[in-house]
Amino acid sequence: MGPAGDLSVPEGNVLRALIRRLHWIFYASIANSHSCAADFVVSLEYMRTLVRKASASPDNSSRTHADPGSAREINMFHWLNLARGPAGIALAMLLALGSGAVGAETDSPSPGAAAGSSDVDMHFRLNPRTVPTESRGPSTADHSRFEELQGPFASGPDVTRACLACHNEAGHQFMKSIHWTWEYTHPETGQQLGKKTLVNNFCTNSRGNEGMCAQCHAGYGWKDESFDFGNADNIDCLVCHDRTGSYYRMPNSRGNDACAIMFQDKGPIDWPAVAQSVGLPGRENCGSCHFYGGGGDGVKHGDLDSSLIHADRSLDVHMDDEGADFACTVCHVSTEHQLAGSRYQMLARDTGGTGRPGLRRGVATCESCHGDAPHPADGVKGMKLNGHVDRVACQTCHIPAIARGGVATMVDWDWRTAGRLRDGEGFKEHDYVQGNGEERATYKSIKGDFTYTENRAPDYAWFDGQMRYTTIDTTFDPASQPIPINSFTGAPDDPGSRIWPFKRMHTVQPYDKGNNTLVYMHLWGDDEDAFWGNYDFERAIATGMQSNERPFSGKYGFIETESWWPITHMVAPAEDALGCGECHAREGRLASLTGFYLPGRGDTPTLDRIGLLALALAALGMAGHVLLRLLVARRRKGS
Amino acid sequence: MITRTVRIFSRFERFWHWSQVALILTLAYTGFAIHGLHGLIAFDTAVYVHTGAALGLVVLWLFAIFWHLTTGTWRHYLPTSKGLWRIARYYAWGNLRGEPHPYRKAWRRKHNPLQALAYLALKLFLFPLIWVTGIAYLTYDLWSATGGGNGALTLVAAVHTAAAFAIVLFVMLHVYLLTVGGHFLGHVAPMVTGFEEVELTPTEAAYLEESEGSAIRREGG
Repeated sequence: MGPAGDLSVPEGNVLRALIRRLHWIFYASIANSHSCAADFVVSLEYMRTLVRKASASPDNSSRTHADPGSAREINMFHWLNLARGPAGIALAMLLALGSGAVGAETDSPSPGAAAGSSDVDMHFRLNPRTVPTESRGPSTADHSRFEELQGPFASGPDVTRACLACHNEAGHQFMKSIHWTWEYTHPETGQQLGKKTLVNNFCTNSRGNEGMCAQCHAGYGWKDESFDFGNADNIDCLVCHDRTGSYYRMPNSRGNDACAIMFQDKGPIDWPAVAQSVGLPGRENCGSCHFYGGGGDGVKHGDLDSSLIHADRSLDVHMDDEGADFACTVCHVSTEHQLAGSRYQMLARDTGGTGRPGLRRGVATCESCHGDAPHPADGVKGMKLNGHVDRVACQTCHIPAIARGGVATMVDWDWRTAGRLRDGEGFKEHDYVQGNGEERATYKSIKGDFTYTENRAPDYAWFDGQMRYTTIDTTFDPASQPIPINSFTGAPDDPGSRIWPFKRMHTVQPYDKGNNTLVYMHLWGDDEDAFWGNYDFERAIATGMQSNERPFSGKYGFIETESWWPITHMVAPAEDALGCGECHAREGRLASLTGFYLPGRGDTPTLDRIGLLALALAALGMAGHVLLRLLVARRRKGS
Repeated sequence: MITRTVRIFSRFERFWHWSQVALILTLAYTGFAIHGLHGLIAFDTAVYVHTGAALGLVVLWLFAIFWHLTTGTWRHYLPTSKGLWRIARYYAWGNLRGEPHPYRKAWRRKHNPLQALAYLALKLFLFPLIWVTGIAYLTYDLWSATGGGNGALTLVAAVHTAAAFAIVLFVMLHVYLLTVGGHFLGHVAPMVTGFEEVELTPTEAAYLEESEGSAIRREGG
């Protein structure tokens, strides 16, 4: 290579880095402030101001974990117990009003500090008041100065009406999104998916239990079939856009006494304050649902839990509070309230690269920022790493383990043991202390036995991005346990597939023994049929199936199921990415993936046996020859 | 014919031989680690060392080919059937009986016919095989999308590994045969010093003494 050729390599790199940086600035400014590149500088200055403000505020002391010792006692009310009957409601309101002023300006205690009954993961809707992640850039409007938002507001829908009076397209846009419809028709398989219909292997089904489960529906009051999906007043703008960290949601309907303990310790919402605080969603907004899927902190995903609200660099290099501090929406870009990134239909291999600045609004892939040759190609290492991109998802190497933030994720749930009572009452056992010191329930009468894990290497599989589901309508063969709640295809010879990391969830859950289908259970409700109250599977299933017009044979059993959760968050810094030997080894992480040649595994066993045998025979032959020579020499000497 | 101590391996030839020894041993050790036969060295280190050593060997080879062609040394490897049978017979049982080696190194022919044939096969078949597959393996990322993907890689890797086994087998035999028909060190020494006793025609002896004074040791001196 001549001198010119030698020079061209680093020059290319600098240029590339420069382009990447410019692209990033442009991208970030568009993603964050919907304006031009020049605003990025302004937004940086603004963020600095925010940081200064944040460090001056007393709230900062509870930045990561509220200190149980210093937490002041605040208002408590047993929402369900006290709210029985008009007198109860009046009492609750009085209590709530009386404590409103205090509640608004105090730190919440950590859930563990709640007097008497500490059960962190059952409080999942009542997160401790969070210090919001930083705002995503300057708004062109100060909402606190809008007359329309001064109140008074009696309820959420009152606030929504005020929002939609100005944002007159937002309601129409939002009502098309999956956050509202909870419906998704898979474009490839035609399957009807979405939380409205699916059965999972955690609490199993939201259908018929909306009073509880639809706390995570971005709307007000979905408790049964009567909910009006056409009424924009029912949209909950605040759950995503509140930037005070004080907004919260309650179940939409009343549950049994068995669940009463789950809802306490929370003051009333200061509606004008939250309405005036609105901004683009921070991590704690999205996290208030997505971190708590499956019934508690980190339970469902393994790569999404409350530790990400204030992450450090080692936990997630993008969401690091002190670093890039990404909001979820930096990657999950949106247009008209439709957010990119779906685990029903993923882009398992993105060949589109970065696109032009500001384009590619419909993807949340790593490649859409990092391109499809993300490692510096200045040597064997970088070139070989870039050579992996077509076959190995970025996540596979860059997320070395799941549940790394001190919050455990659930890997096993056994419904068979649900319903045990002590003195006629349901109970819980806490036999697991997770990394951040909090106890997790390993048994609950209403749910059964749980197994948790932390800091665990994911499972790996070839994945083409298309998820197929075992739905309530799918008939399966009980002999082929575990039944995959979701499954996928993908193969080494499919150019659209790559090796992806997954969390596997294993559950033993009820099914219809006569019809060989999954079942809807009626879990939630202040009635005699709800499992979370009567602990009667047969009755809960019969009710759940009947009220949703599904056939039930009358006989139920338990069946093993598994579900697969693609891992894509908790991206470690580059220096913590997997080393080559983690996979390129005989008993490496990819030992279970066969049917293709992977260096380091000895993938041509027959050839290897023949080769080693030949070498051994040669050595043996030589040894024999030496012996023969010695023997012959001795005989010659003798004669 | 006169027997004289003559430099039969030039400085470059010796350098070529010993650096090739080092590179081939390095390549075998790291290569079998990459394939997964042993885990005595980290995979990434093995890849970097293997790649570096392979590129080093390519460069060495380019020099060696040039050297062989320009010096005419390539003629030493021309196959001949003359005396082949006697050599084969010697290695089969003659050496057991303590017979002297039937081949006397000549100035123009430093390898016996069997040796020449073995080296020729190595250079014309095994080495090109491992080079072609090695370069295909190294550049896999450039052709994987259009060239049959992993199925082709499996084949490339299998042939590369098979060739590696064959070369290791060659090295074993090569070293072992140094012990046959004389002393091991006596056989190694010429590749270190360059000098060995060979039979010369009077003309050759006269030529060497006249024109290549440093290449021939004076009798008694």
